[in-house]
Amino acid sequence: MLFNFANVLLFLVVGCLFVTLNLVVSRLLQTRLFTDEKYMPYECGEDPIGDTRIKFNARFYVIALIFLIFDVEIVFLFPWGVVFREIGVLAFVEMLIFIFMLLVGLAYIWVKGDLQWIRSIQSVREEVEQ
Amino acid sequence: MELNPQQLVFYLFALLTIGSAVVVVTIRNIVYAAFSLMVTLFSIAGLYVFLQADFLAATQVIVYVGGILVLILFGVMMTSGSLDLKLKLERGQLFWGGVVSLTIFGLLLSVITNTPQWENVDIGASQEPTTRKIGEMIMKEEYLLPFEIASILLLVALIGAALISRKEVRDE
Amino acid sequence: MDLPLNVLIISSLIKIVVVVHILLIGVMGMILAERKVSGWIQDRHGPNRVGPWGILQPIADGIKFLLKEDLVPDHVDKPVYLLAPAIILVPALVTCGVVPFGSSITVSGYEIPLQIADINIGVLYILAITSLGVYGVVLGAWASNNKYSLLGGLRSSAQMISYELTLGLSLIGVLILSSSLSLREIAIQQGSYPWTWNFLIHFPAFLAFTTAAFAETNRLPFDLAEAEQELVGGYHTEYSSMKFAMYFMAEYMHMIVGSAVAVTLFFGGWQFFGLETVGGPFWSGLISVGIFFVKTAFFLFVFIWVRWTLPRFRYDQLMNLGWKFLLPITLASIVVTATVWAFTQSKVLVGILNVVVACIVVAIVSTTLVMTREPEPVEDRGILSFTKESSS
Repeated sequence: MLFNFANVLLFLVVGCLFVTLNLVVSRLLQTRLFTDEKYMPYECGEDPIGDTRIKFNARFYVIALIFLIFDVEIVFLFPWGVVFREIGVLAFVEMLIFIFMLLVGLAYIWVKGDLQWIRSIQSVREEVEQ
Repeated sequence: MELNPQQLVFYLFALLTIGSAVVVVTIRNIVYAAFSLMVTLFSIAGLYVFLQADFLAATQVIVYVGGILVLILFGVMMTSGSLDLKLKLERGQLFWGGVVSLTIFGLLLSVITNTPQWENVDIGASQEPTTRKIGEMIMKEEYLLPFEIASILLLVALIGAALISRKEVRDE
Repeated sequence: MDLPLNVLIISSLIKIVVVVHILLIGVMGMILAERKVSGWIQDRHGPNRVGPWGILQPIADGIKFLLKEDLVPDHVDKPVYLLAPAIILVPALVTCGVVPFGSSITVSGYEIPLQIADINIGVLYILAITSLGVYGVVLGAWASNNKYSLLGGLRSSAQMISYELTLGLSLIGVLILSSSLSLREIAIQQGSYPWTWNFLIHFPAFLAFTTAAFAETNRLPFDLAEAEQELVGGYHTEYSSMKFAMYFMAEYMHMIVGSAVAVTLFFGGWQFFGLETVGGPFWSGLISVGIFFVKTAFFLFVFIWVRWTLPRFRYDQLMNLGWKFLLPITLASIVVTATVWAFTQSKVLVGILNVVVACIVVAIVSTTLVMTREPEPVEDRGILSFTKESSS
């Protein structure tokens, strides 16, 4: 088993070498001409406006949080899937409960609007009124 | 000391783990810290492979590198200002951090020394795949209840996380 | 392991070098194929100037990438800016380490499996390496220090993690029937007849997997990260020359590897009936590789076909598809597969019920979405001013 992982490691090393080689070769072959404008942030040719560090919609963070929890649950499903054929009904019932929990979680975030990306102004108003 | 290739790779991974962990705590730039945390977590997965824990190694990468660290990076990117924050260590943090990490280190040490025959692990020996074993242990009586409780815990975590973050979304 | 160690080491080195080259040639072929097929679909010629029928176009492109000025703008974070393209390209390359691209080949008495590493957690390995792809996007976007990059990177990473769930869940149904995480084992178990392959047994899961693979490559219709009209180039706006080429190569490699994995898991890998016994122990191995390539090429054609047929999704549509359709469909598919297998153990029934239940899920979800659709805003200005007042 370790030998197979050693192959993966070898592949990883070869991959890294390949990337480095690419960069080095292109660095050696190219010419460089310094122009001020080239080194500015690209904003369609205009002078950049304001700061780059803009604030993002926190909804992205919510998605990442929910993803993480589902990810852990999926990892639990893998060993179950592998032994399912041998264990049969007990594993079946057990995983039914587990998947039910997943579904409850999904239903909860769905109903509460965490998966809703576009919201009409009226619903925002209703929420603010509450 | 003679080193066979296996040991060489093992020490390489160990060095990578410790080195990048040191970088995580000392570096000032928060994104660099997150990046070297990725290296740490990844090389820990490499160490798991040496322990014949193949399932754990994959899980480590999927959950920690692919999940938790992405969450941390997102958190950093969401919080305006934190990207250019220079992290600094204060004296009080150094003290309490030291206390906590020494306690954890002591705990780990006691676990290691209390494990029978911990020094006689043959890293080259091939064993049966662990995924099947883990599956059997979860499904049979031994760990059945903890497993189901874990699912409830995850559900609670999901609802809690959604609840807290929803409040933040609304505040904006 | 029956082979002597030196044969093992030499054979795996050769395999790695060959696979890297095949991937690179595949990328070049795909660049040409994409432009030719798009020309064909849009009723125009496509590249036809460089070499006969334009077949030297990818080489010209490659030389151009090499010779272009590698611009590192002043405002970027140099170390991360440099590392990000590598972080996206290396995982794309390494994923195919576990894909079996043929049965085995016998050279001077040694039987060498045509796979770089047959690790027994192959499926999990693929998921793990795929999850690293997010970093190239997020770090590249952050290091570029450009608004377009940041917005594109954020969109893309949220999209990638959302579809990773579907990717993981769609494979569990396959695992239930195969009882193994090794890709070689899963491929062998499917047999050589098309009607015993997994895509018929797990049809909804197969569709979900393919869709998720599309989303992971950030191509149309999922290319919101680089929607030209809104975000210029998305997360690689500030990249030029070889570093841009690496992002570009990574996209094509993701496609090739995604197709190869789909072939292995759902289309019986290198097997096709009637062709196992053709030729001797040497030629049958090569024929199996050929079959694998043909199947992969079909998937790659589908990738191109879809790209030039479907328009881009809106971001909320994209998230809806991932979270509200594919996720429930894959969950339902797991439950159906497990239920049927626990009680009847009939693969035919699994296949039929999977499709039926998936249709029911889609019907329920779309009805719910239509029923709960929010009313259109009536008076824009008035309401906007209202929300502003009350939130301040």
